[in-house]
Amino acid sequence: MPAVSKGDGMRGLAVFISDIRNCKSKEAEIKRINKELANIRSKFKGDKALDGYSKKKYVCKLLFIFLLGHDIDFGHMEAVNLLSSNRYTEKQIGYLFISVLVNSNSELIRLINNAIKNDLASRNPTFMGLALHCIANVGSREMAEAFAGEIPKILVAGDTMDSVKQSAALCLLRLYRTSPDLVPMGDWTSRVVHLLNDQHLGVVTAATSLITTLAQKNPEEFKTSVSLAVSRLSRIVTSASTDLQDYTYYFVPAPWLSVKLLRLLQCYPPPEDPAVRGRLTECLEAILNKAQEPPKSKKVQHSNAKNAVLFEAISLVIHHDSEPNLLVRACNQLGQFLQHRETNLRYLALESMCTLASSEFSHEAVKTHIETVINALKTERDVSVRQRAVDLLYAMCDRSNAQQIVAEMLSYLETADYSIREEIVLKVAILAEKYAVDYTWYVDTILNLIRIAGDYVSEEVWYRVIQIVINRDDVQGYAAKTVFEALQAPACHENLVKVGGYILGEFGNLIAGDPRSSPLTQFHLLHSKFHLCSVPTRALLLSTYIKFVNLFPEVKGTIQDVLRSDSQLRNADVELQQRAVEYLRLSTVASTDILATVLEEMPPFPERESSILAKLKKKKGPSTVTDLEEAKRERSADVNGGPEPALASTSAVSTPSPSADLLGLGAAPPVPAGPPPSSGGLLVDVFSDSPSAVAPLAPGSEDNFARFVCKNNGVLFENQLLQIGLKSEFRQNLGRMFIFYGNKTSTQFLNFTPTLICSDDLQANLSLQTKPVDPTVDGGAQVQQAVNIECVSDFTEAPVLNIQFRYGGTFQNVSVKLPITLNKFFQPTEMASQDFFQRWKQLSNPQQEVQSIFKAKHPMDTEVTKAKIIGFGSALLEDVDPNPANFVGAGIIHTRTAQIGCLLRLEPNLQAQMYRLTLRTSRETVSQRLCELLSEQF
Amino acid sequence: MGDGWAHVQIRFILIQNRAGKTRLAKWYMQFDDDEKQKLIEEVHAVVTVRDAKHTNFVEFRNFKIIYRRYAGLYFCICVDVNDNNLAYLEAIHNFVEVLNEYFHNVCELDLVFNFYKVYTVVDEMFLAGEIRETSQTKVLKQLLMLQSLE
Repeated sequence: MPAVSKGDGMRGLAVFISDIRNCKSKEAEIKRINKELANIRSKFKGDKALDGYSKKKYVCKLLFIFLLGHDIDFGHMEAVNLLSSNRYTEKQIGYLFISVLVNSNSELIRLINNAIKNDLASRNPTFMGLALHCIANVGSREMAEAFAGEIPKILVAGDTMDSVKQSAALCLLRLYRTSPDLVPMGDWTSRVVHLLNDQHLGVVTAATSLITTLAQKNPEEFKTSVSLAVSRLSRIVTSASTDLQDYTYYFVPAPWLSVKLLRLLQCYPPPEDPAVRGRLTECLEAILNKAQEPPKSKKVQHSNAKNAVLFEAISLVIHHDSEPNLLVRACNQLGQFLQHRETNLRYLALESMCTLASSEFSHEAVKTHIETVINALKTERDVSVRQRAVDLLYAMCDRSNAQQIVAEMLSYLETADYSIREEIVLKVAILAEKYAVDYTWYVDTILNLIRIAGDYVSEEVWYRVIQIVINRDDVQGYAAKTVFEALQAPACHENLVKVGGYILGEFGNLIAGDPRSSPLTQFHLLHSKFHLCSVPTRALLLSTYIKFVNLFPEVKGTIQDVLRSDSQLRNADVELQQRAVEYLRLSTVASTDILATVLEEMPPFPERESSILAKLKKKKGPSTVTDLEEAKRERSADVNGGPEPALASTSAVSTPSPSADLLGLGAAPPVPAGPPPSSGGLLVDVFSDSPSAVAPLAPGSEDNFARFVCKNNGVLFENQLLQIGLKSEFRQNLGRMFIFYGNKTSTQFLNFTPTLICSDDLQANLSLQTKPVDPTVDGGAQVQQAVNIECVSDFTEAPVLNIQFRYGGTFQNVSVKLPITLNKFFQPTEMASQDFFQRWKQLSNPQQEVQSIFKAKHPMDTEVTKAKIIGFGSALLEDVDPNPANFVGAGIIHTRTAQIGCLLRLEPNLQAQMYRLTLRTSRETVSQRLCELLSEQF
Repeated sequence: MGDGWAHVQIRFILIQNRAGKTRLAKWYMQFDDDEKQKLIEEVHAVVTVRDAKHTNFVEFRNFKIIYRRYAGLYFCICVDVNDNNLAYLEAIHNFVEVLNEYFHNVCELDLVFNFYKVYTVVDEMFLAGEIRETSQTKVLKQLLMLQSLE
């Protein structure tokens, strides 16, 4: 084996490095360096021409000095001269100097292009390699202009050496990243794909990276890579552990190449060709099987390499999200890792399970590990592992375990690291809201949050609890009682005073009957906190007091005394002073009636998205990657909770800020402001799906479409460039849909034109109105488009959304079906068993009934089914069907021209894994369409 | 950091000693010199506080650092958060084994005195932020061949 001795070849360099190392102080080092710089400068300027060796040595010294952190302002020409040397070592130092220093002197690039050109044409593989590495390291636009045409030729030429091919592939990749517009696709592309078949696994390794990047941007052109990648992977996976010789690492055949191939496959949906798909499934199964085999070596390198492949295979299984069997096996495997003695594996298993939780196939399997995950939260020593455990608990949370998970998170919060407290607070707040069946539990949870981690409870969180209490009259009394009790604590967090002040101001009357919480007691309790609070909180309390004047005339005098005191009327703070003056005046001049009108209970907040979600997203930073992850987590929570009318949409955007009620003096109900600017971003990011569709004809669009039948919000489409998110609301025969277009790249989209396409038939029955959007979408930006919808008469087809734009010189064209379906215009109807059967019989005409018998596509879970029926829009009628296993629903479809009553019945057969769905409505076409739509959901 | 580079895999490779002295810095995206210095210091601060009970992965800005400690040296690779942790962890080890062969029981001083050769080793194994060659035999054969050139 080769070995090198210290600084061999350049003695002067070694001496210099030793000198520097022996310097006792920074000053001594600088002195030594200056001496050397002067020496080199004089050599370079001297009359005597330097030989190649000396030039190399001095350039290398300069490089060393630069790497120590000193500026170098000369020597560039000497380095450039070295490039034309015929000696490898001289050329190498020249190229190295340029690659390292080029940042600080881009003029160099023009000087060296000629030398690079010569080396590329030299047919000397070593020189070609140096030149290619230099291009790959510098990767500037100038270089792309000069060489982007040349390198593909080198890459696919028959006589190019393997090692040069490897470098050429990655060099081209670098140029493509820098300047995609300068690397035109061409004849070479199909030949590049065939490098996946190359004999030399190093070539395949390099080429796979190139192909993956190209395929992400041009999926159609590189589609053939799928079958080639599968067969290459299959050969690796089935090879004996010694077959691949050099490429076997600790008994694992070609682990890095396997990982790269599996990543390439993640650019595409599952292969359509059944043979390819079957072969891929075999590979994935083989990888999962190997994980169960006894290790071939005890070395950690062996298990790491093996598991690297395993985790990537699991990522692919999750990406495809289509093989329940594999998903569940993956989950079981990860479950074993959760208890592994290696911290790395526990960490990765938690992380990977987080995405598994988002698949409806494996969500239940993930949930079985809840105890282990909770234990990890309590016992892991590495905070990043605990953080993953929190993430996973958040992802696996649904109705069935929300109480337990929220309780565990709350108890963890007491000792959690400061760095992650706010995020946990937000997560708890979201889960508590989303899965609250009982809103008293929600109120308790949020008050607990404030108690445990008040400092980390942001405004969004306490605004939200108030929005919810205001919108739900069944919890108002409880909320008033609970805050009243919480305020008894001698030291309570200011956020609690805010919540307490607001809620008692609105609903204090609900507990005033109890002598223990009489109006005066409530007032004294709040006022005892007043002096310890900041100005905004005091302002809020003043508003509470004037509300008390209205609610409880008996305390009017006491409150007027307080308002009249100098500390209020002459307060140095303008806001407080103004409130005191105005409120005092109001309480004096206004009649009881006027006071009651002005201080009327807050109207319910309009239904909007939770601002807490936006906050959570903001916390995660701008990286799209993180957004996507967050999105997956979010979606995961969505899946099992099903399309239930999540509380997330039952409240407001206009948050009750401490001054909002002041405005209320003028205009009766506060006018909700438009959606905050962040909400557009939030929706797209938060409901994102794993990328499964590719441009331009969006395969998988049907699946996505079907997903929206029972829900209104989410990501409709996503590829490498563009993400389309939806949020919609429907009421009777009207609807409004917001379409969010997110530019995932850093480059502008130009001529961005979304168009809604309806057939004539559809146009007659469904009226859509929208405005054009701005034709320029900045990198990373999102634009939103509102569509007003009216259902004129029942309809079957769906409108198509076509989006065209230019991205970096290429024309993009995407079409997706827009999920506006007949069931969106459902209004649920509750009815008793007797009524149901009476109507059922009335609709017994054969044209009115449509029936479908079909195989279950998803696990047959009662709760999920219920949620889906509710999400579909009909009421779910309990205790109607004599067989408790069956589901019965009723509702009315609203169109402009008619209202159509609909009854439905779903009979599951667990043994046969089948369903029978029966729809009866007064109109055949409606029965037909609803049956089609709903039968796709199970 | 990160604009328009969402699909780059390795952002940078750093070799540092416990005291924070950089023994190799290989950048796969453009940073100005101040930014590089800041990254070097931050990585050192994040990595050196961790012990053997911790994972070999640390979240870092919007990315993550995969690192491994060999005696007094930390080998760190900065990648995207969704990149394969274990693959890069073993890529580090593979790289270290090559250095060990090449320098015959590599030590920190070898990297200091032969810094210009370390760059060659890196370029053989990693290029344009991607793994280029994983076979130790092939890499060492190539390095031996280059060594013989004058």
